[in-house]
Amino acid sequence: MNETALPQPRTSTWLAARTLCWREIVRFFRQRNRVIGALGQPILFWLLFGTGLARSFRLSSDASEGQSFLEYYFPGTLVLILLFTAIFATISIIEDRREGFLQSVLVAPIPRSAMVLGKVLGGSLIALVQGVVFLALALLFEVDLSIASLIGLVTLLFVSALALTSLGFVLAWRMESTQGFHAIMNLLLMPMWLLSGAFFPVPPAAGTIGWSQLALHWCMRINPVTYCVAGVRRLMYDDAALIGIWTPQLATCWIVTGCFAGLMFALACWIAGKRVTGDML
Amino acid sequence: MTIRTAISITGLSHSYGERQALKSLDLDIRVGEVFAFLGPNGGGKTTLFRLLSTLIPIQQGNGTIFGLDLSRQQTDIRRRIGVVFQAPSLDKKLTVSENIRHQAALYGVTGADLRRRETGLLDQLGIADRANELTETLSGGLRRRVELAKGMIHQPRLLLLDEPSTGLDPGARADLWQYLNQLRAAGVTIVLTTHLLDEAERADRIAILDQGNLVAFDTPDNLRDSIGGSTITIAVDDPERLVREIKTQLAPEASVVDGRVRLECEDGPDALARLLQEFGDRIQAITLAKPTLEDVFIQKTGHRFWQDREEAA
Repeated sequence: MNETALPQPRTSTWLAARTLCWREIVRFFRQRNRVIGALGQPILFWLLFGTGLARSFRLSSDASEGQSFLEYYFPGTLVLILLFTAIFATISIIEDRREGFLQSVLVAPIPRSAMVLGKVLGGSLIALVQGVVFLALALLFEVDLSIASLIGLVTLLFVSALALTSLGFVLAWRMESTQGFHAIMNLLLMPMWLLSGAFFPVPPAAGTIGWSQLALHWCMRINPVTYCVAGVRRLMYDDAALIGIWTPQLATCWIVTGCFAGLMFALACWIAGKRVTGDML
Repeated sequence: MTIRTAISITGLSHSYGERQALKSLDLDIRVGEVFAFLGPNGGGKTTLFRLLSTLIPIQQGNGTIFGLDLSRQQTDIRRRIGVVFQAPSLDKKLTVSENIRHQAALYGVTGADLRRRETGLLDQLGIADRANELTETLSGGLRRRVELAKGMIHQPRLLLLDEPSTGLDPGARADLWQYLNQLRAAGVTIVLTTHLLDEAERADRIAILDQGNLVAFDTPDNLRDSIGGSTITIAVDDPERLVREIKTQLAPEASVVDGRVRLECEDGPDALARLLQEFGDRIQAITLAKPTLEDVFIQKTGHRFWQDREEAA
């Protein structure tokens, strides 16, 4: 019998990515603590900070104008939900490696990019579902969302989730323990979120501001997450509600978020594509 | 062209930093045989397994599986081999059936073909009634069966197993071998690593690895025959002195292994009688046994099978 000539089914990148993506989703919803962790904490933060800081937050000298803090903080919380879900999804890579599941994927006849796509897509869809659930709370405000801006919003959330999950993948791929990931989360991911205009507005660069405010302005301006938050803000609220808040144009938000997602996904594929001795740590 | 060699490796070496895990290995494994890599932990078995399963890249030397190059044709090789790792590769949050279906999708097996294969494998492995249970609820033996089902879902012609009996009770181990024998009868080449001497006995041929070296390579019977008729082990107070005396009077190949005098001889009962006659007053215990694979290991390496591990511990 000629062993090499045996008929073998053709493997498909998309089929492999789809099955790995579906696995992520099934796993997530079977672990109730993950659902609660990713959705519950941001909602709790939103309610506590939103109501607690309401009186000290004024965007305009005229109290009747501008947004309440609950409203201002809403897009930031939405992105925080995406971030938390992305973090949990990518921590699962470390678990997959430690628990042994990853090894059977690594010796399957599929490109590593299919594995990355499955993981990132799964994590992003979970994040999107949670984001949309939270979005329903926006009905509490008098936000006038057209169908077009709702579709835009869901799409932007999905692209943002892709970017954040890919970033998480890049950070988690070579990590040996979930403790190490928590350190990265506190040192990199949470500051990225805090400096995105989610929690406090980007200080304006113009006018008479001190050097520290100017430094903060530029830190926040080069942070890609700023554009995810600003994009959500632009799609949710009209221009009048954004007076006094430095907010990039919607087109800029789309371009930066799209590039952020593309770059992070490419980086994740590249970093996972290198077959090295240390694959099984 | 008919390929009769399932695996062929020449000059295969592998290092982790300074430590050399495999030292220039050469061997061929035939199509259809059950082949075991036997050795203590740290002998290089797992490294070799990872290289053959394409998990890690080859650093030095060459290897082919069914004539396909391990360095360049990994994807083609992966389609033709089934891999069962020592560490479980099941997703505990998924059911038995879901685990198998996900694995099948990675190999492009879907639809009616998948359903037929899945049903067949679950029946053959006796886990059909567990198909919808989460794998985290299964015993170690049942999980290993699911691992086997995962490894065989794409009907590979070669199955690689890393320490397949680890953590299994004797009953589960017997079930495993029953299944492996069925696969052998169906013409599947089976290559496994093991640190269990009795498991290696079941293989058609074995390769003994010690500290990255291939120290022996043959059928279990030939290996045992290669070291003479029988082995005598003697417990005494001063083994070194007794060895010196035996060497001058009876057998030049006597040695001290693990605090006991040990010698192989063609005519065991006769040598036993002479030893008792000459040194009977000093001997505390004496045993005569047919050589085992452990005796082969001791003769080839000069130390006991578990010595390294015990010292490390």
